[in-house]
Amino acid sequence: MLPTDSTKTLSFKRCITEGDLVIVYERHDVMKAVQVSEKGVLQNRFGIFKHSDWIGKPFGSKIFSSKGGFVYLLAPTPELWTLVLSHRTQILYIADISFVVMYLEIVPGCVVLESGTGSGSLSTSLARAVAPHGHVYTFDFHEQRAASAREDFEHTGLSSLVTVGVRDIQGEGFPDEFSGRADSVFLDLPQPWLAIPSAAKMLQQDGVLCSFSPCIEQVQRSCETLKSSFTDIRTFEILLNTYEVREGHLPSWQDGDGVLASLKGCKKRQRSTNGQENSRPQTVLARRMGETRGHTGYLTFARLSCIR
Amino acid sequence: MLAYNSEENLSGSQNRRITWDGCSVLLDINDGDRVLFARLTAGSKIKIGDKNCSLQPLIGCPFGSSFQVEVGAGGPFLAPMIPNAEGNGLSEKTDDQTMEECRDNRALVDNNTAQSLTGEDIDGMRRKGATGDEIVQALIANSATFEKKTAFSQEKYRIKKQKKYAPRVLLRRPFARSICEAYFKKHAEKIGFLRVDTLSLLLSLANVTAHSNVLVFDMLDGIVTGSVAERMGGTGYVCNPHCGTTPLPISIVRMFNFSDETCKRILHASLTELQPSTGENSTSDDQLVDECNIKEQQNKDTLSSSAKDMVNMEENSTANMDTDNNVAASPKSAKTVKAGEKAPPETIKHWNENGFSSLIIAAPNLDAWDVAKDLVPLLAYSAPFVIYHQYLQPLATCMHNLQSNKMAINLQVSEPWLREYQVLPSRTHPHMQMSSSGGYLLSGTRISSSDQN
Repeated sequence: MLPTDSTKTLSFKRCITEGDLVIVYERHDVMKAVQVSEKGVLQNRFGIFKHSDWIGKPFGSKIFSSKGGFVYLLAPTPELWTLVLSHRTQILYIADISFVVMYLEIVPGCVVLESGTGSGSLSTSLARAVAPHGHVYTFDFHEQRAASAREDFEHTGLSSLVTVGVRDIQGEGFPDEFSGRADSVFLDLPQPWLAIPSAAKMLQQDGVLCSFSPCIEQVQRSCETLKSSFTDIRTFEILLNTYEVREGHLPSWQDGDGVLASLKGCKKRQRSTNGQENSRPQTVLARRMGETRGHTGYLTFARLSCIR
Repeated sequence: MLAYNSEENLSGSQNRRITWDGCSVLLDINDGDRVLFARLTAGSKIKIGDKNCSLQPLIGCPFGSSFQVEVGAGGPFLAPMIPNAEGNGLSEKTDDQTMEECRDNRALVDNNTAQSLTGEDIDGMRRKGATGDEIVQALIANSATFEKKTAFSQEKYRIKKQKKYAPRVLLRRPFARSICEAYFKKHAEKIGFLRVDTLSLLLSLANVTAHSNVLVFDMLDGIVTGSVAERMGGTGYVCNPHCGTTPLPISIVRMFNFSDETCKRILHASLTELQPSTGENSTSDDQLVDECNIKEQQNKDTLSSSAKDMVNMEENSTANMDTDNNVAASPKSAKTVKAGEKAPPETIKHWNENGFSSLIIAAPNLDAWDVAKDLVPLLAYSAPFVIYHQYLQPLATCMHNLQSNKMAINLQVSEPWLREYQVLPSRTHPHMQMSSSGGYLLSGTRISSSDQN
């Protein structure tokens, strides 16, 4: 997924080969991750697609099915991966992920600790941020979930940047070997306050911690615990508004036909396609999407106090 | 100072945790009241209130250290604060928080007679060498109303007096996060009203990572260029394209403590060089070049005037966050490698042949589509792009055009919404004031044009 391997770097010349992970794009909200294999076949509502037709085409190509339907084949990115990965738990989405990476001050070379791993949505972006020489150590107490995450990182080519451990961080804390070595720590745990003392031990001087909690009571309790060894404690909520954009014809109110037509959406569209009676130019209209995520979680950040 | 030089050497110069001579730092004065950039040298000074203090004591200290202004025999100076020994009567008394507050403000009369210490008394104390903390203590002791205040307003009173009589300076590492926040707070117009969460989203959507080749059209004085370079750790390339002969100013880049290796990776090139002269789809490219040439002519005047601005900024750039020019600048210290050199021909050739792996456009005063139509074709197929704008409409139009010209898919206009909370026992609520817009992003993925039908 990441351009650490120069043969896999995106370029005009980079073509799809056997074994590549591709994102099959139908629509902005319908995508699927597929591993390309010579004999593979993808079937969806647009028809049947043979992987063998994909090999040798550049990424970003439009591919037609036997029935004439089409999809696009995209190179995977952490953003696309977040949209297609299998949800084993509630995952973090792009707005929260981006903010966490920036606020934790993660740059190439950093050592980052995370718990729990969950579905690995955040871990993928953390890996991108610490590459090429840093490392993400992520822990989940659920053995099977950790194994699935490990498989995913293998799949996305991130296993050299992410190590998944099975451990109950709330109960046992982070392993001592990381003591004083972490640049940043991320907690997504039901009782983060139990893990905070251990997180403080792991962090380097001036290192930053983030705790993600859906409920304000969790935040309240975490902040109480943070006070003893952290400063600069700040809590945020971040959401994403997305916009729907379309071209429309807004007729003059004196244009009787146009006004009536505008009352019936579909007839209006027919008129505008023959383009004759559009005395007014088409306008591009934008509005916020009708329904949106109203809450994901609270993000609390804190910096290890400078003692010594 | 105490001996701080332990650990380290884990992650190279980009992640140094102790300041050095010539290092760029962010100084947070009185808990965010004022944030300014400075370069630490033996001669640099900072003015806080009416006092000039040397920044010398800050050299060699760990980031995150706090200092308090004290007045000694040799005048005011910055003294390191010992954290946790903060119990100088100034620390918040939060242990009684569970206790229900029973006091209220019914007995308070605002007639300006509550404080019995006069300005002269305070000056007198100062002359006798009282510390800032001692003055604050005295003010509290001589306030007739202090004891009647609620615990919360007692705390407020302490903090207010502390800020005035014992101002504090917190030493921060300049990161994209802190630099963007500092600018957004004081000079949002200089970075086109780009809020830190929007910047973070932009970097994600553009898939910026080590070894990328990122085309960054940055008219925000380098905040985007610097943030992108920060994510690449001295690998790959950041290319700033420009029309005409003058590259755009990127002076904010100097506030990041970039290594020479990272600086070397920030290059500029003109649009004509970047557009392949011959190629598979030559007709459309030729058209683009022609258009660009025309535009070059038209833009000459505007570009050169922005270059003048750059010079003005450069003159006080170490202090350009702070309108009062409080930091005595010691500019152009021993920096050997400068960021933003001209791209060598072989690198341009590499870009021409392979395309860029990401594109970011941040030109809040230009038409988004006008820029995008020339720059999106320079992207490798399936590569992501992100366009920042402080207004929605130009992005909506641009999205529509990209769609109808079949240049990109996965198009989305988004706008992050960020709210900060006050978290205190029984007093948790969102902040009373918030920024209502941090700008808009149009993101998408370039598609291969070869098989369009």
